[in-house]
Amino acid sequence: MIERHPMDQLLREDRIPHIWCSGCGLGTSLTAFMSALQDTGISLDNVSVVSGIGCTGRVAGYVKLDSFHTTHGRPIPFAVGLHLANPSLKVVVFSGDGDLIAIGGNHFIHSARRNLDMTIICVNNFNYGMTGGQGGPTTPIGAKTSTTPYGNFEFPFNIPHLAAASGATYVARWTALDARRLRKSIHEALMKRGFSVVEIISPCPTLFGRFNRQGTGLDILNSYREQTVIQHGADPAKVGIEPGGKIIVGKFVDIERPTFLDVVNQGLKGKFGPPVEKPRAEELAIPSVDE
Amino acid sequence: MESKGAVLTGEHFISGNEACAEGALAAGCRFFAGYPITPSTEVAEHMAERLPEVGGTFIQMEDELASMNAILGAAWAGAKTMSATSGPGFSLMMENLGLGIMTETPCVLVNIQRGGPSTGLPTLVGQGDMMQARWGSHGPYEIIALSPSSPQEIFDLTIKAFNLSEQFRIPVLIMSDEVVGHMTEKVIIPPADDIKLTPRRTPKVSPEKYLPYDPDEDLVPAMALAGQGYKMHVTGLTHDRKGYPVITEEAQIELVQRLIDKIRKNRDKIIEYHEDQCEGADVIVCSYGISARTSLLPIQLAREEGLKVGLFKPIVVWPFPEERIGQLAAGVKAFVVPEINYGQISLEVERCAHGKAEVIQVPHAGGGIHDPAKVLEAIRRAAK
Ligand code: SF4
Repeated sequence: MIERHPMDQLLREDRIPHIWCSGCGLGTSLTAFMSALQDTGISLDNVSVVSGIGCTGRVAGYVKLDSFHTTHGRPIPFAVGLHLANPSLKVVVFSGDGDLIAIGGNHFIHSARRNLDMTIICVNNFNYGMTGGQGGPTTPIGAKTSTTPYGNFEFPFNIPHLAAASGATYVARWTALDARRLRKSIHEALMKRGFSVVEIISPCPTLFGRFNRQGTGLDILNSYREQTVIQHGADPAKVGIEPGGKIIVGKFVDIERPTFLDVVNQGLKGKFGPPVEKPRAEELAIPSVDE
Repeated sequence: MESKGAVLTGEHFISGNEACAEGALAAGCRFFAGYPITPSTEVAEHMAERLPEVGGTFIQMEDELASMNAILGAAWAGAKTMSATSGPGFSLMMENLGLGIMTETPCVLVNIQRGGPSTGLPTLVGQGDMMQARWGSHGPYEIIALSPSSPQEIFDLTIKAFNLSEQFRIPVLIMSDEVVGHMTEKVIIPPADDIKLTPRRTPKVSPEKYLPYDPDEDLVPAMALAGQGYKMHVTGLTHDRKGYPVITEEAQIELVQRLIDKIRKNRDKIIEYHEDQCEGADVIVCSYGISARTSLLPIQLAREEGLKVGLFKPIVVWPFPEERIGQLAAGVKAFVVPEINYGQISLEVERCAHGKAEVIQVPHAGGGIHDPAKVLEAIRRAAK
């Protein structure tokens, strides 16, 4: 008898092999997410995964869940619609740094500000992989990419700081090397009420790695071993990634804050009696905002 | 506070924008995402007040890109959804209007048109987005757009827009304008039971057998909702019947041809227009929205002069009623097309007239409605 891998029920087997390069950190990131999701025991029927565009954006195409592959930068607002129209769904946005922090940066900060109850998994590989390795919002200063041939002249975003300052209730960062802690952290993020963010520092050997002479995917993972420092509770303002500097990982934020729907329900409490009319059959069964 | 129902049966004296919101509620809309923009804002304001009363959700998003995406997401979670905007916001929504078309997501998008280009005339009327409604998102597609001329019509057409969006699984546009949006008139809201609503077409097969993009006979596939166990994949990439991305010419032809055909081959079920004395006319004024209304006086004056003038008003502007325009072209000398732009629907009339009748444009840059004298003058010229 062939043993089925416990992950099989979570993958669209008819879409495998995936398009990712060998040595890419995305496979590990996806595995960590799927294991974490299984650990939570959340009913898989209730989970929606939303991705944008890019190498990470392909995640939505591989998971055997309700999965939405939206336009570039827009997975968060799409997820907002899913969440608010049916608050019983567990909504996860799984996308890359370019997608979520550059073109989608506005959606990221405003959804964190509102504290919408959803989990954001942001894979940060410091460049745009899908389009050939261009510089992006997280590219470290001085780094080479296809659009920064003389080195990057821009200061990058520090994603945990951005998330924390915008109002996220859970913020953590791990590298693709530390699959065990990453899995645990995603588990926590999935169970957290509010806007939870997990940043995954991930190798892109094909492009960013090659431009910056980082070696193979394995070499990059090994370099994380030396560069990474675990500092739970570190001030998110101080975890920016400097060229050649340490990569500070850990859980930086884990706070309680009313979610958008908490505030909505509180604000509307007692304001309206039961609806005058019963909904008619043609009207769809729309879940109310009471979770 | 007393809860009001979703359908406020009775006679009301309300603005076009409020009538639009009431039409949406009467059609079962329970999710609205929008961003403030003049002159459409009252639609959002009215929804913000009314949706909580009927158990729905209102959210003001950070921009129109987000608003359009949020209504798509909410539609996949089972809600009937709407957004409303104007000029610059409509431009921003073009990106994800395309996503709605590609993923076949029912929703309604209202454009209360103002003067453009760019920021243009935030508080004053325009009709310059008619071709943007047709072609504004990239790639080949068909769209449905309706054009109301009064608060009562915007109420009725908003319900129709929801029904068409469910029937054909497509975003439906309401191309109104500032004057209709801000005009206050009597609106009669019928009893709820008299309002026919089209329910969502949900799958009749089990998740194992479900193919998200396998169309029914009318070329429209059934739509599973998130959280029902169907575990479907939905993508803006070219996809096969399973919904999986397939980046080939063959897949593109199969999918895009169907997206086009589901509207073109169902034209008869979609197209609606209003005709007044078009049979036997020498001149037909073809106009829509507020311009159809401002054409009434010059048409009446021309008739008093003894001219045989008809009015043809497309209620559904896209798909355009090309067969009917073609038939009418055979019997008239000319069409007169007043619109608040420099020639958009008039080009469409010209195309459909196949050279059998002249087409006289009556352009207007925006900021106001047509001077009846100009339209009358064009009718006289056309009758010669
Ligand atoms: S280009 Fe980089 S990020 Fe994309 S799949 Fe290849 S290694 Fe991974």
